[in-house]
This record gives sequence, C-alpha cells and structure tokens, in this order.
Amino acid sequence: MDKRRKKFFYALIYAGAALLLALCLTLCATATYTQPEQSTTFVLNAGSESQALPVGDLVLPSAMTWYVYGLVCAFVGGWQAARLLQRNGWALLAVSALAGIAGGVWAATGALYAAVLLMGGEVWAGAALLTGLAGLVFLAGLAGLVCARRRISLSIALTAIAILAVFAFLIWAARDRSTNLTGLLSSALLRSVPIALAALSGVLCERCAVINIAIEGMMLTSAFFAALFGSVAANIWHWPSWAAFICGLFGALLAGALLGLLLAVLAVHFKVDQIIAGTAINILAVGLTSFLSSRILSEFQNLNNPGILNRVSIPLLSRIPVIGPIFFEQNVLVYMLFAVMAITHIMLFYTRWGLRTRAVGEHPRAADTLGIDVFKNRYVNVTLGGMVAGLGGAFLILGSVGRFDEMMTAGKGFIGLAAMIFGKWMPFGAFGAALIFGFADALQTRLAILQVAIPSQFLLMAPYLVTMIALAGVIGEAIPPAADGQPYEKQ
Amino acid sequence: MPPILELRGISKAFPGVLANDHVNLALEEGEIHVLLGENGAGKSTLMNILYGLYTPDEGDILIRGQKVEIRNPNDAIARGIGMVHQHFMLIPVLTVTENVMLGVESIKNGLFLDHSSAARRVRQIAQQYGLNVEPNAYVKTLPVGVQQRVEIIKLLYRKADILILDEPTAVLTPQEVDEFFKVIRSLVAQGKSVIFITHKLKEVIAIADRITVLRNGRVVGTTRPDETTEQKLASMMVGREVILRVEKEPACVGEQVLQVEGLSVMDERGNLVVREASFSVCEGQILGVAGVQGNGQTELLQALTGLRAPLSGRVRIMGKDVVGLAAMSQAELWLQLILRWKDGEMRRQILQTLWNNLIGRTVPRRVLQRGVAHVPEDRQKDGLVLSFPVMDNLVLNTYYLAPAARLGILQREVVRAQAMQCVREFDVRTPSLLTPVASLSGGNQQKVIVAREFSRPIQLLIASQPTRGLDVGSIEYIHRRIIEKRDQGCAVLVISSELDEVMGLSDLIAVMYAGQIVATLPADQVTKEEIGLLMAGGQRKEVARASVT
Repeated sequence: MDKRRKKFFYALIYAGAALLLALCLTLCATATYTQPEQSTTFVLNAGSESQALPVGDLVLPSAMTWYVYGLVCAFVGGWQAARLLQRNGWALLAVSALAGIAGGVWAATGALYAAVLLMGGEVWAGAALLTGLAGLVFLAGLAGLVCARRRISLSIALTAIAILAVFAFLIWAARDRSTNLTGLLSSALLRSVPIALAALSGVLCERCAVINIAIEGMMLTSAFFAALFGSVAANIWHWPSWAAFICGLFGALLAGALLGLLLAVLAVHFKVDQIIAGTAINILAVGLTSFLSSRILSEFQNLNNPGILNRVSIPLLSRIPVIGPIFFEQNVLVYMLFAVMAITHIMLFYTRWGLRTRAVGEHPRAADTLGIDVFKNRYVNVTLGGMVAGLGGAFLILGSVGRFDEMMTAGKGFIGLAAMIFGKWMPFGAFGAALIFGFADALQTRLAILQVAIPSQFLLMAPYLVTMIALAGVIGEAIPPAADGQPYEKQ
Repeated sequence: MPPILELRGISKAFPGVLANDHVNLALEEGEIHVLLGENGAGKSTLMNILYGLYTPDEGDILIRGQKVEIRNPNDAIARGIGMVHQHFMLIPVLTVTENVMLGVESIKNGLFLDHSSAARRVRQIAQQYGLNVEPNAYVKTLPVGVQQRVEIIKLLYRKADILILDEPTAVLTPQEVDEFFKVIRSLVAQGKSVIFITHKLKEVIAIADRITVLRNGRVVGTTRPDETTEQKLASMMVGREVILRVEKEPACVGEQVLQVEGLSVMDERGNLVVREASFSVCEGQILGVAGVQGNGQTELLQALTGLRAPLSGRVRIMGKDVVGLAAMSQAELWLQLILRWKDGEMRRQILQTLWNNLIGRTVPRRVLQRGVAHVPEDRQKDGLVLSFPVMDNLVLNTYYLAPAARLGILQREVVRAQAMQCVREFDVRTPSLLTPVASLSGGNQQKVIVAREFSRPIQLLIASQPTRGLDVGSIEYIHRRIIEKRDQGCAVLVISSELDEVMGLSDLIAVMYAGQIVATLPADQVTKEEIGLLMAGGQRKEVARASVT
C-alpha cells in the first residue's frame, strides 16, 4: 500500500514537472505571438463606495510577463525533474544542464524583450513590479532547493507555480483590457465563506472521530430556516433589519444544532454507520426543504425575503489599499467566519476541551480509561459542528443570495469536506483550502465575463485540476484522526 | 490496620460465563500483590471491576476499611486507584505531558492549558521515582519501555496509591524487565501498593510479596513466594500437574533442509529490516530465533514463506530456491536461463518457476508445496479466516488438492471426516465442526492452526510466536507437538520473543538484532543473560566479560 502510494507520489512529481515545462513552453509561445505593445490592466481600487485609499492601476506588459513566468516555470520544472532523478547522478546533471540552458535562453529573450519595452517608457511601474516578483519567486526557488530533501518544498513550489499560472492566464484573458483584481479577490473570499464554514464544521466533527458528510444537508436546512425566520421577523413582525438578521441567524443555528444532534444520536448513541447516517440526513434535508419551500415559500413570497446584510467597514483597517476592501469591507457573517476559525483553532490546541477532543478522536478507549466521557464529548462536538454548518447556511441566505432556492447549497458542503482534508484537519488549513476553491469559483465567473474563447466547462475544471496537482503531494502526509469514523463501544 | 484495598465476594457473570465467582482479595499497604492465572481465569475482569469499567453483580470493594462504590474510571481515580492496561492507553500524536495531564488538565487564566507547569510536575515525578522521560517528546517517537514509564507517570500524576499493572512485562526485553522491577520496588518503597497481573511464573517469584492464584473465576489460594515454587504455582493455575521444562531428547541431526544465504528484506516503508541473514536448519533440529519484537523477525518470516519478495539473497528449501527465483522479474529469469543453461538443476528450477509464473501459482503456495508448514505470528490475522467454521479452517492449505477437492469441487464429506480426525487428534475443544473459529478461545484457535499444519507430510516447520498469549497448559501442549515433529525428522524454525520458549525448545539459537543475525549459538552452551544482552544489541565480547564479572 505504502509502496503504491510512493509510486503515485513520484508519478505526481513527474506530472508536475512535465506540466510545468509544458506551461513554460506554452507561455513563451503565446508571448511570441503577442503584440509587444499589448498590456493588461489590473484595477486595484475596489469601487466608488470603498473607503480604501485609492491606488494606481497595475499595468502589465502581457508578453514580457509571460516570458518571466516561462522562466520561473522552466526553473521549477527542471528542478522537479532533477529531484526525481537524484539517485542517478548523470541524469541529474543532464536535466539541470538542460533546464539551465532552457532557462538561460528564455531569460535572455525575456530580458531583450523587456529592454525593448522599457525603451517605450510607459510601463515602468509594471516592469519594476514584475522584476521584483520574479526575484521573489527566484529566491523562493533557491530556498526550496536548499531544503529540497524535505517533501514539503514540492507542494510549496507547485502551489506557487499554480498561483502564477492562474495569474498568467488572467493576464492573457484580460490583454488589452482592464479587470478589477481587488474585486476578484474580494468575491473569491465571499465565495469561500460557506465552503470554509462547512470545512470548519467537518474539522469539529472529525477531530472527535465522527465523520460528518451531512454538512450539505445541515447547510441546506439551516439556509431554509434562516430565510424563514429572517423573513418572518422582517416582513411580518416588522422588526428592524439587525433584529431580523439575528432572528434568521438564530433559526439557522437552531436547525444546524438539531441536525447535528440527530447525527450524534444516530452515529454516537445508536452506532449507525456514519456515512449512512450522514447520507440519510442529506436526503432528509433535501426532501424537507423542498417540501416546505414549495408549500410555504412559494405560496407566500414575503416569507422568502429576509434581506441581505450590509457591508460593514472596519475603521482604519479598511483603508489599507487592496487588503482593506478584500478583508475588512465585508458583512458581519464574514467576520464571524474569521472569529469562528480563530476560536476553533485556539480551543482545539490550547484548551482542555480541545485536548480531550483530540484524544477522543485518536484513541477513545484511552480517553475513556482516564475518565473522559467519550459520548458526551462527541455529542457536544457534533452539535457544535452542526451549528457551524448552520452558520454556513445562514451566510448563503443573509450574506449572499438573499432568498432560499431548492438545492441552493449545490455541493458546497462536500467541497467543504474536501477543503477539510486538504487543510489536514486544521482550522486555518481548511480555510486556506476553502479560499482556493472560492477563488476557482470567482475566477471562472470573471473569465466568463471577459468572454474567454475557451469552453466554459474547461474553465470550470482548470483551477480544480491545478489545485489537485499542487495539493496531491500534501495529501500523502495528511493523516486523519486515528479513530475517524469508528463508533465507540464501551467494553 | 485494615488493608488498603479489599475485595469481598466479587461476582461477575457474562452471558454463558461466570468470570468472577465470589472472589476475595486483600491488598496490604506497600506490598506487591501478584494476581496469577491462566487466560480467561478472570484476572482482567476483576481488575476492570476495580477500575470501574465493569460493575460487579455482587460483592463489595473496601478501601482502607471503608465500603466504596466504583461506577466509572473517574471514581477509581478519585479513590487513588490507577491502572496500566495491557495495551497501552496512550495517544501517539500527543506529547508525554499532554498524555499525562489528559483528564486532569492544569489550567491557567481560567481557560488555557498550562503545559509548562504540567511538564514541571511530570519532570518532578520522573525524578522522584526514577522514571526517566522527556516531558515534551511525542509518545509515538518513544520505545515501548519508555511508553510504559509514561503510563506509570500518568498514575502517579493522579496521585494514585494503588497501582494495577496488567501484564506489564509482555512487551519488554529481559533487561527492560529488570529495570522495570527496580522501578516497581522503588514505588513500593515510597508507599505505593501494587497489584501485578501476570501469567509468567518466573516473574512472580522474583517480584511478589504475596500471590493470589485465580482459576475459572475463583480464588484457588493465596501464598508467599518463599512458601512456593514455580511448579506448585503452575499446578494451582492449571489444576493439574504441568511439566514446565520442555523435555526433549538430544537432537538427531540429518540433512540440511532450509538454507538461507545473505537474505535482505525491506519493509513496506522501504527500510532494510533484514540485513544479510544467513543460517540453515537441518532435519531433526530446532533453530530458535530470539529477539525483541520488531527486529526484522516478521519480515524474515514473510520472506521465507513467500509472503514478501526479498531484496536479495537465496532461500533454499530442500535444495531448491523457491523464494529467490519467484522474486525475480520475468526478464531476469530468461536472462538467468540463458546464462545458466549448462547448470542442469538450475535450468530445471528456472523453467519450473517460469511455468509456475505462467499458470499464476502464487509464491506462498509454491513454498507450501515444498513441504513447509507455517504457523503465523498473528493467528487471528494471518492464521485463520475467523468467520469460517472450524472445519473449513482445517483445510485452508489442502482444499484444492485431492481428496478434499475433486475436479475443482470441494468434497464436503471428505473435509468433514478429515476435520473430525484433526479435532480428535489435536484435542481442539469446539462445540461443533461448524462453529466459527472466531468464537474459540486463543489456545484452541492455535490448536486449529497446529492441527492444520501438522496433519500433512512436512519437511520444514516455520512457527512464529507459537504460544503467544496462551496459558501454561496450552503452551505445554504445543511445545510437546513441536518436539514430536522434530523427533520425526522435521526441520523446525521457531521465532519467538519469549526468551524462555526459545531457550527451552531450541537446539540452536540465532539471536536477531536490528535485522541481523548477530550470533548463532548451541542452546546448551549459553545462558539466558548472554542471549538477553545480545538481544539488546550487546556484543558477544561484552557478553563474555559480563559473564566473567
């Protein structure tokens, strides 16, 4: 098994190296066919209502950017290939020489090109930025080389390259045009919020060894109740909007907690297979919300109109250019995500509850012999996990869409589970993975707006593909809690 | 003064079994009280009752003369009772300190774990009782002996006065056992009282202040080590006279059956765990491989039986290299065929291997067909199909051959008759031939394997841990059977981490350490101490010096 995994791992490095070299060639080839005067404009100001200090647009010469990226890709790709062949000295030599020559040629061409462009004058700012960026990547690569023996460097390099590749692609898609980078990142964050909350819910449950694949259903149900409670408060009782929001949030948390409790009863108390229990809850959630929404929400339209939360700017922080609009001009639920994430992390690793949870997830019998109530711990955690999923559902309604639709979660709960695994069952890791998925989502929308000539299916696919390749190296090391998925039986 | 702990008339019944039948036990303050009994005698049940994991059906528990009720481990911990379980209750991914404070965490600022003060206390306890442990190390990185110390620190951290140790020496080397006994004595000297559960008679005499023997859930008697002998204790445990020493005639050695030359094997993580092992076993000879578990014995055995392809080296069974050739790739085989065409024997073997590869006959089966019997290390995982009935398990190695199968169809009646004979001959206690093997006791499960492997003409017997977890009676039986095979002229390879077993059974002892056979010695010319030192990685010279001083 392990041998196979190792082979798989090496195959991945091969694939990564090949991909990178191919990318390098593609980039340089496109660059050759691009008009030298073409450039891509990235708008960094968020919008007129943003409080951030205005900054100038980022204008990048398209062709030269590709050259620089091509160089970086050649470097890292060659390095990957060399790593593979480390055991055979001659092959290492040959590959590094090849990579060196290739890199050198492209670097020379790129530099020439850059010089020509710089003569033109107008692109000073962009060129300076690019040089700095390339320098940074180069330094990172060197650092990676130094610690090449450590496996982690592979995933770092591949992730960096993946980000660069996406960026290069964006430059190509927006050549001769301008696109709002801050807006893109801001919407990426917004789209990652439900995924991150689903992932956090998964972390809470799986850290105490209960697999929760019912997150999707929990989110869907709590989205429904958020819409219903919020609408009732806003449109029937005519509460002020903040109170209606709290009422909706309460509905969502309640629904999430109840479903979490249901999962706990099934999985912990009755020791039902956790996958089956979770699937049952998912089916229940779909049926319940479809039925209720066709009976209630479509009959009484004002019961499906809770309103959307306003953005809240955090003083001072929101004035930072680029960062401010992305992180500090969002609605309250986004801030709640940050809080939940930080609290989960601190609770999990620095408190009694967390220590006990981790113990229960790893070796429940050991915890039991030390007088820790395994069942109670799992009940509490799964219920909390349900509430966090409920928060995700509330965000879909109150923070994003503003009305309930059938099946509106569209797999976000499952993507959240994937994010949890990518994030190695760590709260911040899960958030990072969710950000990648959110960015993929946002990018695909943006590319559709830019009317890129690639079929939209491929656009939808590509970011995930790159993400998977970058992160597959990490998965080999991600170890789930040892008792994950096993019901605990007292002796 | 009343005893620190007293059990009065404890009874506990499980469906079909009376695990404890009015058991009385008194533990004086500052004594080491050994609880002795065969597997299934009710020792563990009794201790689990004391620790609150089970509730007794009947009877009282008194601590310092006062009746108490222990409903769960928390109650037990609160009353100063601590238990080291046979399988360690440690969480590998946490640090020593985290493991120790789990359940009684020290908290600072009302919320956060106070690692540093807990680590300080761990260090202080470690110093006080001579339990050397680094508080910030991760448990998964520690060797078994150290993990055991962590378990003991866990109890002391909870201020336990009564320590229950459930078969604590099962995982230790003889040297570690001595070290461990020192720790126990220092604990007792500082006022702790210890209940020590074991079925190893030697240890009992060495460590006990008092001994209580359990049999079939009842107390057979309580005695002191100076009033008894191993022999008497064994009889009390089993209920009849038991021969503790393996009695055997001198070996009558014949032709070489198994020849291993320069065998190297990798484990699944790619570590070289068997390095250049060379040895041979002859007809009518028992070669015992001694070594602490995890020094490559498992992989050695897997290589010998064809379950794992070796990296290099030759394994010849009755002169034929079955394993080595089978591990070669097809291209390599053809190359060898051309190169060695002139060597008639080799040519035949290679052609046979090619044919076997062509028809897809697996390597383990080729080994079996050379006349090798294999008693695997883990009987439940590798030796039996637990959910199959006894009958089917008895033909796992011959089901495809006549008379058990004819034209590929299983002959149930023949199988039944064969099984019936096996059961009778090997005294397997089973309700019926159709009982799933999982519901048999460990000793009977092992007998099923032995019956299966022995009831077929064999030239070589490879037995790994043949008596692990068995009680004195079953051990005696299995040992007798192995000796019997040897006397019939079979070559025997015994791998065991029980030094006494290897010493008692073998004619020749090979000591394995870190994947290497560090020494091969005639059994009647070495002492237990020498072997113990070699097992712990000592050199032969050191051994010689140690035995002089």
